[in-house]
Amino acid sequence: MSQNQTKKILVLGNEAAALGAIHAGISGVYAYPGTPSTEVTEYIQGHPLAARRQIKSTWCTNEKTAMETALGLSYTGKRALVVMKHVGLNVAADAFVNSAMTGANGGLVVMVCDDPSMHSSQNEQDSRFYSKFAMVPTVEPSSQQEAYDIIKHAFDLSERVGLPVLLRMTTRLAHSRAAITTSDVRDENDFHFPENPQQWILLPAISRKRYKKLVDLQFELGIESRKSLFNQYINGSDKHMGVIACGIAYNYLMESYPDGCPYPVYKISQYPLDRTVLATMTSEVDKVLVLEDGQPFVEEQLVGIMDTPITVLGRLTGTLPRTGELTPDNVLAAFGLETAPHLDEASHIANRPPALCTGCGHFDMYSDLNEVLTQYPSAKVFSDIGCYTLGALPPLRAIDSCVDMGASITMARGAADGGLHPSVAVIGDSTFTHSGMTGLLDAINVNANMTVIISDNLTTAMTGGQPSAGTNKFEAICQGLGLDAAHLHVVVPLPKNREEIKRIMKQEIDYHGLSVIIPRRECIQQLVRNKKQQPTTKNQ
Amino acid sequence: MKLDIILCGVGGQGILSIATIIGDAAMAQGLYIKQAEVHGMSQRGGDVHSDLRISSQPIASDLIAKGQADVIISLEPMEALRYLPMLSLDGWIITAAAPFVNIPDYPDMKEIDSQLAQLSQVIRIDVTAIAKEHQIPRCTNIILLGAAQEALGMDYTQLEMSIRTIFARKGESVVAMNLRALALGREYAKHHQTRK
Repeated sequence: MSQNQTKKILVLGNEAAALGAIHAGISGVYAYPGTPSTEVTEYIQGHPLAARRQIKSTWCTNEKTAMETALGLSYTGKRALVVMKHVGLNVAADAFVNSAMTGANGGLVVMVCDDPSMHSSQNEQDSRFYSKFAMVPTVEPSSQQEAYDIIKHAFDLSERVGLPVLLRMTTRLAHSRAAITTSDVRDENDFHFPENPQQWILLPAISRKRYKKLVDLQFELGIESRKSLFNQYINGSDKHMGVIACGIAYNYLMESYPDGCPYPVYKISQYPLDRTVLATMTSEVDKVLVLEDGQPFVEEQLVGIMDTPITVLGRLTGTLPRTGELTPDNVLAAFGLETAPHLDEASHIANRPPALCTGCGHFDMYSDLNEVLTQYPSAKVFSDIGCYTLGALPPLRAIDSCVDMGASITMARGAADGGLHPSVAVIGDSTFTHSGMTGLLDAINVNANMTVIISDNLTTAMTGGQPSAGTNKFEAICQGLGLDAAHLHVVVPLPKNREEIKRIMKQEIDYHGLSVIIPRRECIQQLVRNKKQQPTTKNQ
Repeated sequence: MKLDIILCGVGGQGILSIATIIGDAAMAQGLYIKQAEVHGMSQRGGDVHSDLRISSQPIASDLIAKGQADVIISLEPMEALRYLPMLSLDGWIITAAAPFVNIPDYPDMKEIDSQLAQLSQVIRIDVTAIAKEHQIPRCTNIILLGAAQEALGMDYTQLEMSIRTIFARKGESVVAMNLRALALGREYAKHHQTRK
């Protein structure tokens, strides 16, 4: 039984997708927090209907466990949502690519938020390459309303073609609010097993058959793109040029031409690319301008590596900047249109980079470490992803690397293998359980000559204070992995403990082998949030 | 009508609560809105801004184009200047007067003040001092909103109603303090605006 409830609400793009997923009848959302994707899961966690339906929404340890758990839920016929930031898809890639091989039973949507311009990320990889690689459909909404509508469509599509569907969003839509109108609320799926249980056992003999089927399905996916209401061909009178506008790029196009675009426009919100419509456009126009946020995904496919009979303009030709997100200004410029008259940049404007908060435990930890390491000129500190990456900036300048989740421990071990001493790893509590534990096991197994600092602030701080999977378990985890208890220390990073902490750090750096030091003190932001929440709890 | 607003300041200063009130007021009047926010790393004391767009017609872009902002509302004077190229030539800047210094190379305040003074339509308001004087220390952002009310051209009664709606769950005394803050801001702006 479905119920009708139509009302207008003001939501972020992420929240619109989250609400669409609830209304599409999901039974679980699995995710690891990461900007710009975090609000999707948080919205579901706080939604009354999700609570009533007992939709599973506890944070996962990392994106791979999230992806696999969602696949398991889909196996039982239920609808499952997985959410992550773009680099999270690298972590989940094994499961994601192979989920195209097993296929989906209950609708499976993998929502990935890309971060062009790297507002809060270490690269600007474009997730559309992943879905093409895995050969699954992609949807890419252009607005908050479309985010709500398209995720419902994506679940239906996933069940119709028996594949996971990737929903790609970029930062600007993820974090922008607009009013949306909601539509039908669908029930959850009943428990039912896959039609073909063999398909889920990816033994080579089965995989080869299944892979052929996946390849054959591509034709059908193209037809799905052609029929999709989210892709639109809008004819224009000026055939000098055709415009392809993907996802949110469509909005910048409309902003450039408030009275309507004179050129034929192909608005793309569903992939794989439909060759037929593209062929129609290219036969009618002299050249094509491709507007897409992120990397030149469509542009490269149109251009190929040989000469094409038609000129394709975009990021590769410099018509749009090769890097960074689209803006109304760079899209205007791509059309040769003038920006409105405006003042020059003000002088004397200083950069204001983010910084560790006043009173942050990471700051004390780095201050102590910096002081100790002044005695070791060859020391290097391999750090990781989280608030504590800000230790790279002045005044601390405390770290030498930040690459990907977990890389601190493994890189420190590799450098120790290469003869570096002291080789120090600094990793946060949530990042440690996300991807640091396996690397620590490697290091323990060879008793690598290195020092690991697990800077534990009892939360996933950078993304706004989600629970951290390993809280209260770190000593047990380290010892369970085989760490010698004599080289495991827990300290409280406060100025008053400075001398003791420095003594322990020095002692363990001088020890020839592996040590773990856990400075533990609650995140200052989290402390404030907890205090704010307490009176509310009392009132309830 | 269209009204493009840039709200800016330093992460943690509370620009989003101003946006929430303006947004609620616009929604209540049946207008379209789009509001792009900054979440994530910059919220840790970095520069933050939010593009708030209001219109009687559907809005395409989530971001404001250069030279299109009608009003810049800033909780920090240098941050107000950071977005100068976004401001329309007849736009307004409403900014808190006191600098938020959390960087070692914060420019000389005389430079900031003189650049602001050269602009045609500016209101500089010491929201911290006003809040302190009237014992409403947590309402600085609403004082700033009050100072921006006329430049925004938004209905004062509607803003009051939105304040009631949004602060309702925090209790009547919080609502009253914020209504007071709104009035103080508006009163200040009446007597202290620069218009050349």
